[in-house]
Amino acid sequence: MAILSAYRTTVGKKIVMAVTGLIWVGYVVLHMFGNLKFFNGAGDGLGTINAWAHFLRVFGQEVVGYAGVLWLARVVLLVALVLHVATAIQLKRLNGASRPVAYQRRGYLQTDLPARSMWWGGVFILMFVVYHVLHMTAGTVHPAFVEGDVFHNLTVGLGEPLAGAFYLTAMVALGLHLYHGTWSVFQTLGVDVFDRSSAIRRAGQALALVIAGGFMLVPLSILLGFMR
Amino acid sequence: MNLTLKVWRQEGPQAPGRFETYAARDIEADMSFLEMLDIVNEGIILAGGDPIAFDHDCREGICGMCGLVIDGLAHGPRQCTTCQLYMRNFRDGDTITVEPWRVRAFPVVKDLVVDRGALDRIIAAGGYVSAGTGSAPDANGTLIPKPDADAAFDAAVCIGCGACAAACPNGSAMLFTAAKVSHLSHLPQGQPERYARVVRMVERMDEEGFGGCTNHGECAGVCPAKIDMGVIARLNRDLLVATLKGGG
Amino acid sequence: MTEVMQTPRIKRMTAAPAWGESDAQPDGHVPPGPIHEKWQKHRFAMKLLNPANRRKYTVVVVGSGLAGGGAAAALGELGYNVKCFCYQDSPRRAHSIAAQGGINAAKNYRNDGDSVYRLFYDTVKGGDFRAREANVHRLAELSLNIIDQCVAVGVPFAREYGGLLDTRSFGGAQVARTFYARGQTGQQLLLGVYQALERQIERGAVTMYGRHEMLDLVLVDGVARGVVARDLVTGAIEPHAADAVVLCTGGYGNVYNLSTYARGANATAVWRAHKRGALFANPCFVQIHPTCIPVKGDYQSKLTLMSESVRNDGRCWVPVKPGDTRAPGAIPEAERDYYLERMYPSFGNLAPRDIASRAAKRVCDEGRGVGPGGLGVYLDLGDAIRRLGEDVIRARYGNLMEMYEDITGENPYRVPMRIFPAVHYTMGGLWVDYNLMSNVPGLFVGGEANFSDHGANRLGASALMQGLADGYFVLPATVPDYLARAGSVPLSTDHPAFRTATAEVEDRARRLLGIHGSRTVSAFHRDLGKLMWDHCGMARHDAGLREALARIPELREAFWRDVRVPGEGGELNQELEKAGRVADFLELAELIVTDALHRTESCGGHFREESQTPEGEALRDDAHFSYVAAWRHNADGPPVLLKEPLVFENVPLAVRSYK
Repeated sequence: MAILSAYRTTVGKKIVMAVTGLIWVGYVVLHMFGNLKFFNGAGDGLGTINAWAHFLRVFGQEVVGYAGVLWLARVVLLVALVLHVATAIQLKRLNGASRPVAYQRRGYLQTDLPARSMWWGGVFILMFVVYHVLHMTAGTVHPAFVEGDVFHNLTVGLGEPLAGAFYLTAMVALGLHLYHGTWSVFQTLGVDVFDRSSAIRRAGQALALVIAGGFMLVPLSILLGFMR
Repeated sequence: MNLTLKVWRQEGPQAPGRFETYAARDIEADMSFLEMLDIVNEGIILAGGDPIAFDHDCREGICGMCGLVIDGLAHGPRQCTTCQLYMRNFRDGDTITVEPWRVRAFPVVKDLVVDRGALDRIIAAGGYVSAGTGSAPDANGTLIPKPDADAAFDAAVCIGCGACAAACPNGSAMLFTAAKVSHLSHLPQGQPERYARVVRMVERMDEEGFGGCTNHGECAGVCPAKIDMGVIARLNRDLLVATLKGGG
Repeated sequence: MTEVMQTPRIKRMTAAPAWGESDAQPDGHVPPGPIHEKWQKHRFAMKLLNPANRRKYTVVVVGSGLAGGGAAAALGELGYNVKCFCYQDSPRRAHSIAAQGGINAAKNYRNDGDSVYRLFYDTVKGGDFRAREANVHRLAELSLNIIDQCVAVGVPFAREYGGLLDTRSFGGAQVARTFYARGQTGQQLLLGVYQALERQIERGAVTMYGRHEMLDLVLVDGVARGVVARDLVTGAIEPHAADAVVLCTGGYGNVYNLSTYARGANATAVWRAHKRGALFANPCFVQIHPTCIPVKGDYQSKLTLMSESVRNDGRCWVPVKPGDTRAPGAIPEAERDYYLERMYPSFGNLAPRDIASRAAKRVCDEGRGVGPGGLGVYLDLGDAIRRLGEDVIRARYGNLMEMYEDITGENPYRVPMRIFPAVHYTMGGLWVDYNLMSNVPGLFVGGEANFSDHGANRLGASALMQGLADGYFVLPATVPDYLARAGSVPLSTDHPAFRTATAEVEDRARRLLGIHGSRTVSAFHRDLGKLMWDHCGMARHDAGLREALARIPELREAFWRDVRVPGEGGELNQELEKAGRVADFLELAELIVTDALHRTESCGGHFREESQTPEGEALRDDAHFSYVAAWRHNADGPPVLLKEPLVFENVPLAVRSYK
């Protein structure tokens, strides 16, 4: 009950944003780590991305069956995503309603682009996630999807300049989102990290750059012709 | 120096507002922003007009009564109260836009005067120690480590001007609320009600129609009392603990 | 102890007397018995009210500072139905908030010889023997409880590393009895009061009327039974009935226009009460603070105080030669006059406020003042910076130095600060008895609004002490006692007394709005302020006071003929608010000058040039003036003087000397 009543407050909602966001931060770190295996080439040999994809499906199958862990993760991620988005929409409404008349002139002293782009950047990332699942997981919008051959799906799918550019743009948005979001998690959970010299704040921002950069390596290498 | 002012005029809470342009002539660098407005108002009165209504009282930066958004910044560019902003921060020929605090929870009363009763009601929800008059033990009966007393003081200096909410892109009053929560939660006297207090104050803050905090930090950027964003982290932590304890 | 020399009294002009005199003596109702037992015995003698019956009594409290806010919260806690009024939007903005230095209490935590009796003694002596002993002793007793209460509600006083409360010495006291919260003690104390008040508002015990201004006191059968207030947002004139009325509306220093007061601070509540019959005591006792930032120009709205603490390290000086316009750095050491050190070698730069203010005026009168208009002296931290280093000075006074630089645009680490005295506090106010009740039954007055416990001069860190003593402890004891004795007499605001008062208030607003003259309210206020500062400021003399007495009525007449108040009554109209306040200042000013004229002695903040020692120090005249001058309003003629004799049974009369 206490949790529900806390959720009704803006601060409670922020805690939900923080916790669900943190789950996704953990996920994208793993995802990015997996993506880097792309550079080990095609096929399903040791260390390749195809082997990694296979591993994710067979991991823990003795207990929960084939792809069980993967589906479990997907359910957790989906729940987290739904909560993150639903809460974001509620907060956006509250925040939007809090100033019915806008300032004629608006100046800023502290806030930065990452902080101000959280909403529209988030909307963009959400659109990308839907597209990305259809593109790389379900394959429905992929020109030549092959179940299990991740290397092939990547090189073909991201080889299309439009899809590659969309991917890259989404990663810029993700980088910005995480640049503000990662350290904000700590602030929201009660650790004072607002100071720009705070180690946690800097680590969060560094992580955001590493994640976005890591993700961008794959499409860049394909589009620039390093990987075929 | 001579300046052009674009000032928000609004006859009442329901009336539509508009910008009016005024010339401020022969303004001296040593004048405060409010003294400059005094001069403009004297001109308006003698010309048969209705002077610009604005709040002010102590004119020494402590009462928290004054507050104008000047060129898009709450209290103007100097991180001080409007009354402590001096005209030497402007240049001859400048055009200055002057607006009221724009937050739904602060309805405009007239022109640049807004109703900040919401801030009082947040305090009324729990921003105190419930110690009746005359019931106090000896002042030195409870030792308070100096760092705690200092941290409490750093938060307690809030002047309640509302610039934090006015500057926040989300119209949130978190810095105000968190300053009081943090002040009392650093002191032994504040402990018995610590977790109930934070829940009640945050709920009241929301009921008043303020937005939520997304860690922009604009509030701390304009705060004339220089309250630190750390108070918000502390409020968040206290609320989280209150939730986990099932309190509230 | 020295027997005070008597000066011949200046003979009053016989033609048109500026005042009348009455033989009636207001009764201070000081309880009998030894001084340290008076309050405790008196409290026991008070009547109590059953908690269940308290709700039937309504108390109107006007003002929400330390005294008003404290009383409203405490009376609400006790169960009375309280209505609290303030002109600001929130009770948290009362001007108690601006006090910087600290609050005195005889805790003797330092083991340096302090005691209730010593605080009592210091305050009576510091007030130049013009306060009522019994009140001051009670104040000193209650100082102990005040600190306890403030800590209990979460006031973050300065602490030592061991966790105990820190204290410092202040205002010339030889013991360290001043508790403080950096340079914002008043703010922190007021927020403690405000939070307690908000708690009672939430409970429904106190109804808060922010942005409301009391414009008249309502008497029924000679008893205070309510107020008429204007809702400053809607302009509505509203009657409020009550069983008792408590005025804690602060001082009247804004009569002088330029002061360290808040711009909105005004005398309307006390002046209206005075016109309804309340005696006004010692109006000429005005404190002028020595260390304020000097006036810059006609446009100026406010004088800012620099905490006296700077005088601990700063040295006051002016050039030796009159009219020396060289930059301070270009004036060699030999051509500087460190006048406080020269005149008061033992106290030097730490001489008390009234003495330091007058010394600054004296050197400026000699043409040796510095800065625009020659109205300023240097407060030079140069020696201290050379001796201790800029970092130490920055750590001690950093905030003050920043404030000075913001206001003046000058860097005080390079160029000596310029300071000048400014009106800061009024010791005078409505006359009250030991119960803080005026001569009008049911009308109580607390804090700076009453004539107070400070006599003719208030010591540093004593204003906060008095505000909280009145608000937290005295009024919550004496008001219930009065209510219990008076009983609950229902009263509707339909009573003719309310209708008459409301009509008068409305009529006055209409008159102000109907003049359509050619000058603004502020212009009149500036004229009045200058007149008062020039003729009834730091030094006063018969001819100057008489000139002021002639010119104030002319200015008042011009105001009512030629002021321009725009807009209407039924809206937020800040010019109308100001006009009402200045109209009252124009009347009160005359009483201040009359009081200053009648008191031909010098004492505390009141310096009559005719009454000084050969060395130019203030000379008291105890044989003729050891009384409280309580003035009765007289609609048909000059005010009437009543004298409450002051008897000093515990603190022997002595000359203050700081040589």
